Amino acid sequence: MLWETVRLAVQAIFRNALRSFLTVLGIVIGVGAVIAMVTVGQGSTEQVTADVEKLGTNMLMVMPGQDAMEGGPVGTAIQLFDIRMNDLLEEELSVIDVSAPLSMGRARAVFGNENRRTDVVGTDNRYFTAAQWEVERGRLFDVTELQSGKPVCVIGETVREDLFGTSDPVGEEIRIQNLSCEVIGLLKSKGASTFGSDQDDFVIMPIRTFQRRIAGNTDVSMFIVSVRDGVDTERAKTQVEAVMRDIRRIGRGEEDDFTVMDMKQLATMLSGITGILTGLLSAVAAVSLLVGGIGIMNIMLVSVTERTREIGIRLAIGAQAWQVLLQFLVEAIILSLFGGLIGIVIGLGMGLLGANMLSIPFRPDPQIVLLAFAFSAAVGVIFGFFPARRAARLNPIDALRRE
Amino acid sequence: MVDQTDKSDALIQLRNISRVYGMGEAQVKALDGINLDIHKGEFVAIMGPSGSGKSTAMNVVGCLDVPTDGTYHFNGVEVAHLTQDQRALLRRHYLGFIFQGYNLLPRTSALQNVELPLIYKGMGRAERHAAATDALAKVGLAHRAHHDPSELSGGQQQRVAIARALAGNPEVILADEPTGNLDTKLSAEIMEVLQRLNEDEGLTIVMVTHEADMAAFAQRLIWMVDGQIERDSPTSKAA
Ligand SMILES: Nc1ncnc2c1ncn2[C@@H]1O[C@H](COP(=O)(O)OP(=O)(O)O)[C@@H](O)[C@H]1O
Ligand SMILES: [Mg+2]
Repeated sequence: MLWETVRLAVQAIFRNALRSFLTVLGIVIGVGAVIAMVTVGQGSTEQVTADVEKLGTNMLMVMPGQDAMEGGPVGTAIQLFDIRMNDLLEEELSVIDVSAPLSMGRARAVFGNENRRTDVVGTDNRYFTAAQWEVERGRLFDVTELQSGKPVCVIGETVREDLFGTSDPVGEEIRIQNLSCEVIGLLKSKGASTFGSDQDDFVIMPIRTFQRRIAGNTDVSMFIVSVRDGVDTERAKTQVEAVMRDIRRIGRGEEDDFTVMDMKQLATMLSGITGILTGLLSAVAAVSLLVGGIGIMNIMLVSVTERTREIGIRLAIGAQAWQVLLQFLVEAIILSLFGGLIGIVIGLGMGLLGANMLSIPFRPDPQIVLLAFAFSAAVGVIFGFFPARRAARLNPIDALRRE
Repeated sequence: MVDQTDKSDALIQLRNISRVYGMGEAQVKALDGINLDIHKGEFVAIMGPSGSGKSTAMNVVGCLDVPTDGTYHFNGVEVAHLTQDQRALLRRHYLGFIFQGYNLLPRTSALQNVELPLIYKGMGRAERHAAATDALAKVGLAHRAHHDPSELSGGQQQRVAIARALAGNPEVILADEPTGNLDTKLSAEIMEVLQRLNEDEGLTIVMVTHEADMAAFAQRLIWMVDGQIERDSPTSKAA
C-alpha cells in the first residue's frame, strides 16, 4: 500500500510537472543556497588554513606596539625596533632558528619604459629562510652586499613580469626612487594569498641599503621569527615575549610595548571569520527553506480543494481516511524531496562554480547534503500534514457533489 | 449485532430508516420511515420526483451516509451506525458505485481508473492489471484501456465507471442516474451492460432513474414521494 501510494504520488507529481516544479521552487532555492554557501565556505576555510600553513605555522611575527591588529594606541610614542634588537633576540633563544629584521615601504620601480608601484622590503638572507622563499633564477645577497648596503635587489615574479616581460631580469638595473639597483635574483612565485593580495609583488634589498637610500632612517618595522623544527610554537612565543621584555627593558608590572603573533592564531582567527560568514549566509538560506515549506503547504491546500472530487471518488470506492491522508502526505514529502534533490544538484553546481571562480578547493560536505535532504523531507511532513488532514476529513458525499 | 426479531434473508434490509437534514424550522425529512428489503440478484429501479429522497436513500444503502434513525442490515449485519472507516471497508469489499457524472479521475487512463478500487483492496500489481482488463472487457472497452477519460465519449466513460464498480467484485452495484447525462441510444447501451451483469453474473443492482424506459430494464420498481416509498411493484420484465 505504501509503495503503491508512493508510485501514485510520483505519477500525480509528473502529471503536473510544471506546477510541481513551481511548488518546490522555494525548497530548490533554499537547499541550493545552503549547500552552495557551505561548500564555498568550507573550501575557503580550508584555503585559508592551507595558505597560513604555507606561510609557516612555525613562524612568529614581532611588531612594535600593542594591539597591532587594531592599529595601536593613537598618539603614544612607541619605541621602534632596530637591527640590534633582532640580533639579540636571535642570539638569546635556542628555540629560534632565525629572526629576520624587516623594513618596508612602497615605491615605484622603473625599468626602461615600464614601471610599477610595489612593496619595497629591506631585510637580509634570514628572511628568505623564515618566510620560505626559494630562488627561481640568480642568487640571494652576499655578505659584502649586506654589510656595506650595496644597491642590489631580488624581485618577485609579478614585478619581473611587469617590468621585463619575457626577457631575463638578472643583471639588469632597475630604478627605485632615485636609487639605481642591480637585479641579482628572482624568487619562485607563491601566487595570491588568502586575502587576495599578490605575494609576488615586491622588491627586496639589503636592509642597510633600504634604510640609507630609501627610508632615510634606521627603523625596523618587524621581526620575522622562524621557530626551530620540533619546538612548540606556543612555548617559543612565550620565550620570545620574555626576551623582548628584557631587550626593551620593560619593568615588572608594565605592559608589553610590542606584539608577538603566531600564524596558528592568525589561521584560527581567519577561519573563525569565514565560519561566521558561512553561518550567516546559511541562516539567510534557511529562512528561504521555511518560505519554501509554506509555499508547499499553500499549493497542497489548493490542490486538496481542486481535487475534492478525486478525494470523494477515492472515499466512495473504499479508501479509509488514513489512506487519503497518507496519499497527500506522501505527495507533499516526495514533492519536497524532489525539490531537495534538485536543490542539492544546483547547490553543488554553484559551489563548484564558486570554488573555481575564487580558486579555492571544492569541498562538498556529505553531512550538509544529508541534512538538506532530511530537512526537505521534514518540510514535506510538516507542511504537508495540514492539507492532508483536511483532505482526509472530507465527507464523501459533499466531496462528490463539489464541482 | 444481528437483530434476531426482525431477521430476513434479504441482502439489504432497511427498517424505519429516516434521514433528517438541518435543525428546527429548517428541518428537511429527506427519508421518512423507509422499509425496504432487497434480495441477492435483484435489479431494482427507484423513481420519483426530484427531491423525493432517491439519492439520499442510495447514499444510506451505499453506506456513504448514516441514517438519523432506524436500522440497516447488510448481509444480516447491522451497519447503520458503523464508524466512517468501517463503512469505507464495507464499500470497498461489497459495494460498487456508478454516478451520473461518471466521476473518473482525470488524466488517468481507463485501466488505471478501473484499478483504483483494487489498490485499496491491496491486490498485487499483476493480479490487479488482469482483473481491471477483465472488467473493461466485460463492458466492451478492452481496446480503450490506455485512453484518458477526456479521449472517451460519455457512454464510454460511463462504461469505464461500470467496469470500475465491477472490478472490486462487489455484492451490489448502486447507480444514481447512470444515464442522466446520455442520449437515448447510449443510455440503452449502458442499460444493456447492467442487465447483462445482473443476468449473467447474478449481480444485485439498485438504480435511480428519471426515465421509465430505463426503469423498464429492472425487475422491480420503487416509487418514492416525499421521502417515503409510495409504491413497490414488479415491472413487466419480472418473470
Ligand atoms: N446535504 C443536504 N443538506 C440539506 N438538505 C439536503 C441535503 N441533501 C439533500 N437534501 C434535501 O433532501 C431532500 C431529498 O434530496 P435527494 O435525496 O437529493 O432527492 P432526489 O435525489 O430524489 O432528487 C431534498 O429536499 C433536498 O433538498
Ligand atoms: Mg438525486
